[in-house]
Amino acid sequence: MKTRKLLAIALVAMMGTLSFVGCQKADASSDTIKIGGSFDLTGEAAQYGIATSNGVKLAIDEYNANGGVLGKQIEFILEDNKASQVDATNAFKKLVDNNKVIGFIGSDISSTTETIANLAAEKNIPMITPTGTKLGITTIGPNIFRACYVDPAQGELLAKFATEDLKAQTAAIMINSEQDYSTGIAEAFEAAFTAEGGTVVEKVNYGKNDVDFKPILANIKNANADVVVIPDYYETIATLITQAREIGITSTCIGGDGWDGVTEKTVNNPEVVEGSYFVNHYTVEDDAVIVQDFISNYKATYDAEPNAFAALGYDAAKILIEAIKTCESTEADAITAAMQNTSLDCVTGHITFDENRNPVKSVSVIEIKEGQNTLYKKLDAVK
Amino acid sequence: MDYGILLMQQILNGLHIGSIYALIALGYTMVYGIVKLINFAHGDIMMVGAYIAFMMITAFNLPLPIAIIISMASCALIGMGIEKVAYKPLRNAPRMWALITAIGVSFFLETLFTILFGASSKPFPTLSLAPIQIGALQISQIMMISIGLSVFLMIALELFIKETKLGKAMRAASEDAKAAALMGISVNKTISIAFAIGSALGAIGGILFAMAYPQIKPLMGVMPGLKAFIAAVLGGIGILPGAMLGGFLLGIIESITKGFLSAFWPDASLWADAILFLILILVLLLKPAGILGKNVREKV
Repeated sequence: MKTRKLLAIALVAMMGTLSFVGCQKADASSDTIKIGGSFDLTGEAAQYGIATSNGVKLAIDEYNANGGVLGKQIEFILEDNKASQVDATNAFKKLVDNNKVIGFIGSDISSTTETIANLAAEKNIPMITPTGTKLGITTIGPNIFRACYVDPAQGELLAKFATEDLKAQTAAIMINSEQDYSTGIAEAFEAAFTAEGGTVVEKVNYGKNDVDFKPILANIKNANADVVVIPDYYETIATLITQAREIGITSTCIGGDGWDGVTEKTVNNPEVVEGSYFVNHYTVEDDAVIVQDFISNYKATYDAEPNAFAALGYDAAKILIEAIKTCESTEADAITAAMQNTSLDCVTGHITFDENRNPVKSVSVIEIKEGQNTLYKKLDAVK
Repeated sequence: MDYGILLMQQILNGLHIGSIYALIALGYTMVYGIVKLINFAHGDIMMVGAYIAFMMITAFNLPLPIAIIISMASCALIGMGIEKVAYKPLRNAPRMWALITAIGVSFFLETLFTILFGASSKPFPTLSLAPIQIGALQISQIMMISIGLSVFLMIALELFIKETKLGKAMRAASEDAKAAALMGISVNKTISIAFAIGSALGAIGGILFAMAYPQIKPLMGVMPGLKAFIAAVLGGIGILPGAMLGGFLLGIIESITKGFLSAFWPDASLWADAILFLILILVLLLKPAGILGKNVREKV
């Protein structure tokens, strides 16, 4: 019995040393530059997470194919947030504590991004979120950046577009009150639209799990506004707008970047979104070389058309890696300073950062014509 | 604005979504009536039904009615299969075990379909027929099909339970499974049939749901499944007419709070679920067995 116990202790001790050796080895071999990323690869936000992380991977593969950065290959370690703040926390801690990443790209939706941003600020890891649009995220710490524009900016641009181009005087707003994204755009739109002299004649709220919108649409129909603002994501919009047309609402519908993808969800009834407008980060119609290269490379790698999420993922990775290249260091403060001074031509436009680390760039107004997203015009950023 | 018309319109809307809740609620109630199991995977069966119909229509170009029939038949088989594999071995175990297994089956179906079809939603082919205008009321044709089909199925089911031998066996098994077995009723077969019918009705519910809100995704069954469960409890779980009543009532309450009350009280649509659950709590306080339920005193 005793020998057995001894043997067991010896074994445990050996395993301990072995794993310790393993750790040491991993630490010593810093012949790669480790960048972490975590996205919602499964769960309710999977379609965003997968597209965004594909964009990130494409950018990193391109850098690696061209010899990496600072003479080293980039090792990208990807984790899954599962659209849950708990999983996002664990993923980030794992990347920082175990994998010792020096920079972080992620996440896709605002809620998990905000959770991670708090941790990244604490640990001082340079972080850039491709698509986290909630206003407060980048002010959490001086090392938190984003590649997309913020929700209020979209609302302001939409109001400008509605009054100047659509000559709208009245607007009705449909708000998904369980989404920061939706309320953020709606509030900014209302303020800017009223300031431009328009009137918001009706506002209705709904929840994120709602699928039956006919009850609330009755009020929108009675309001008979020039434009109906629906700042939500494309799946909800496809369901909502189908019902809106069904009960006879004919107003022009407008919205934010969440509309990207709505044409794929309405292939069976494209007439419901025909003539709608939305603002977006980029358009596949842009004939700039960088955009067309990105589109053809993305298609070759993933056999799919890149949406705005993929483009923003690509840009986010590029901004971080270019910063590492510029400062020639893997030290956090140096990277952060280099990111702040970014001035880079990206897929989603020429990007510089303001004092709150939000990008200053142009947006594309997209018109849905014959079931396709077509570029209507480019709008300069509101400063 | 004419409030009378608005109210009528909202009641019609409520009947539409209510008819779908009612169809799904029937599945919950049938299974509960016989094996006293709340089959939490039922909402996901509805999703499976919608996906099968989607495949039949898009991949095999079958017309809608045939797709519905194939989907119903497959869901009936899947429902029976789930019962055999997951619930039958636990029939004599504590009830909590089967309940947890049901949640497991629900997760299994959701993740399986996420793996098979991806997490993103797919556009479901819908009938884009012009709505019928009666006075100031608008009635979409899908709404009429949905209400008509569900009322027809409910009557058929009620007749089946009341009039046929199999229906009698089902009622007997639900009253006392052991005594029914002694009388020569095959309880296993009866339970299988209850699952088959419940799942087939769930499949139709799923297809009607997908036609009205024309997108399908692996998690589409979660909310309607929960609402239908509430409908079943509201009407009195285990009682078929109760499930129908509960479903329609739920749909109408939801629709009126969101679309009619909100004309006077703008935040009403945010409170819709809270109001719904408040009504459920009130009903259960006054009638613990549900609206149509009879209070059965436990014999000591």
